[in-house]
Amino acid sequence: MRTLSFINILLGLLLAPLLLGIINKTKAFYAGRTGQSLLQAYYDIIKQLRKGAVYSKTTSWIFRTGPTLGLAAVLLGLVIVPLGGIPAPLAFSGDMLLLAYILGLMRFFTVIAALDTGSSFEGMGASREVLYSALAEPALLVGLAAIARETHFLSLSQMMPAVSFLSPEVVLVTVALLIVFLCENARIPIDDPNTHLELTMIHEVMVLDHGGPDFAFILYSSALKMWILGLIIIGIFLPYPAGYSPYMQVVYAIFGLFLLAVIVGVIESSMARLRLIRIPQLLVAASTLSAFAFILVLR
Amino acid sequence: MDSAIEIMMILLMLSDMALLGLSRLRTCISIVSFQGMLLGLLALVTQFTALTPRLILIAAASFIIKGFVFPFLLRRGIREAGTQHEIQPYIGYIMSVIAGLVMLGVSFWLGTKLPLFTGNSSSSLIIPAALTTLFTGLFLIIARKNALNQCLGYIIMENGIYTFGIVSVVEIPLLVELGILLDVFVAVFVMGIAIYHINREFDHLDADRLNILKG
Repeated sequence: MRTLSFINILLGLLLAPLLLGIINKTKAFYAGRTGQSLLQAYYDIIKQLRKGAVYSKTTSWIFRTGPTLGLAAVLLGLVIVPLGGIPAPLAFSGDMLLLAYILGLMRFFTVIAALDTGSSFEGMGASREVLYSALAEPALLVGLAAIARETHFLSLSQMMPAVSFLSPEVVLVTVALLIVFLCENARIPIDDPNTHLELTMIHEVMVLDHGGPDFAFILYSSALKMWILGLIIIGIFLPYPAGYSPYMQVVYAIFGLFLLAVIVGVIESSMARLRLIRIPQLLVAASTLSAFAFILVLR
Repeated sequence: MDSAIEIMMILLMLSDMALLGLSRLRTCISIVSFQGMLLGLLALVTQFTALTPRLILIAAASFIIKGFVFPFLLRRGIREAGTQHEIQPYIGYIMSVIAGLVMLGVSFWLGTKLPLFTGNSSSSLIIPAALTTLFTGLFLIIARKNALNQCLGYIIMENGIYTFGIVSVVEIPLLVELGILLDVFVAVFVMGIAIYHINREFDHLDADRLNILKG
C-alpha cells in the first residue's frame, strides 16, 4: 500500500502534462484540425528547460523564487491528494484545508512575482487572478465541507472512498468543483489559455516576463495543479468500484481524469469566453451550489 | 418515487436561486414556466398510488396554465413593453442570491420546526422547498422595480403555496384548489393589463414611478 501510494505520485509527475495534450486534441478534433501532438506540453517544458533565463534589472529575488516556490507548493499538494482509493502518502485529518491553502500559496507567489516586475499590464492580471480566486475559494471549501459532513471524514484519503454514488449533494458539489476547476486552471468560460490580448487575459499575463527554466516550472506546476484538482473531482464523482485490485482502481481513476480532460475540451469547444463582468456571477453560482449541497447534508 | 420527489424538490429550489440571480426577463419567464410544469408533474408523482380524476384535473390545469398560458401572457407583455432586462433593482443580483441562500437555510430550519404531514416520508424536502419558493416570490416582489418581475414573483409565490397544497392534496377540496388557480389566472391577466398601462404612461415598466401619481 505504501509503495503503491508513491507510485501514484510518480504517475502524477509523469502524466500530468498529458492532460493538456488531451484537452488540445479534443479542441482540435472539434475544429476539424489535426492539432498539436499529445505530447506537446512535454516538448515545451523540455525546450524551456534547455534555455537560459533573462532577468530584468527592475526585478528582485522575489521574481526569481516565485516559480520555484510555486512548483514546490504544488508538489506538496500532490502528496496530499489520493488517487484510486489508495491513501495519499501524507494523509491526516483536515488535509483538505491544507490543500486549499497550498494552492493559495502557489497563487500568492505567482502574483507577487508578477507584481515584482513593475509592469502595469501584469499587475492588472494579478489583480484579476486574486479577485476570481477569492470568489472561487468559498465554492471549493464549502463544497469539500459538504462532502466531509456527508462522509464524516476530514481527510481526503478517507473521504473519497466513502462518498455515496450520485446522491444529489454529490452532483451539486461536483458541478461547483467543475466550475472551480475551470477557474483555477484558467480554462475557457473564465480565462482563455491561448489568448494574448491584454483585455481578456488573467493567468497568462502574469507569467509573461518569465523565461527559460522558470517558465518550464510554471508550465509544469500548472499541469500538476490541473492533475490535483481533477483528482478531487474524480474522487468525489466517480467512486472506485469495490473489490477490484488496487492496480485496477488506479487505472480507473486515471481513465476518469482523461475523461475529465475530454469534457473540458468539449466545454471549451462549445462555449465562448464569458465577459469579465459575468465571471463573478458564474463563481457566485458555483458557491451557491456548494452552499445548497451543504444545507442539504445538514438536514 | 421518493428519490424522484427529492430530485424535483432540489430542481425547484435551484430554479428559485436562478430566478434570484438572473436579469434577463425572457430567461426568468422560461424558468417560471419550467417550475409550473414541474409542479404539475409533482402532483401526479406524490400521489402515484392513488390517482383520482380530480387529481389529474388539478395537475393538468396547473401544467397547462402555469407552463404555457402564463409564459405566453408574460412574453406578450415583454414584447409590447420592449424591455429585456431589469436595469437597476433595489437589491443587486449577487446580493439577492446570498439572501436566497439565507432564505433556504431559514426554510430548512422552519421545516424541522413544522413537522406537518408526517405520514408522507418524502415531505422532509417538500416543506423547505415550498417555503423557499414562497420566500423567493415575496423577495422578488419587494426587491425588483420592474412590474413584470413583480408579476413573476407573484406566480412564484403561488407555486410555493401550491407545493404546500400538494402534500395535503387529499384533504383540500377540489373547489379550493381550482379557485386559487383561477384567482392567480385572473390576477396575471389583470397585471398584464396594468403592465400595458404602466408602459404606455411611463415608457418603461418600473413600478416605483407610480408613487408620483400620489397627490
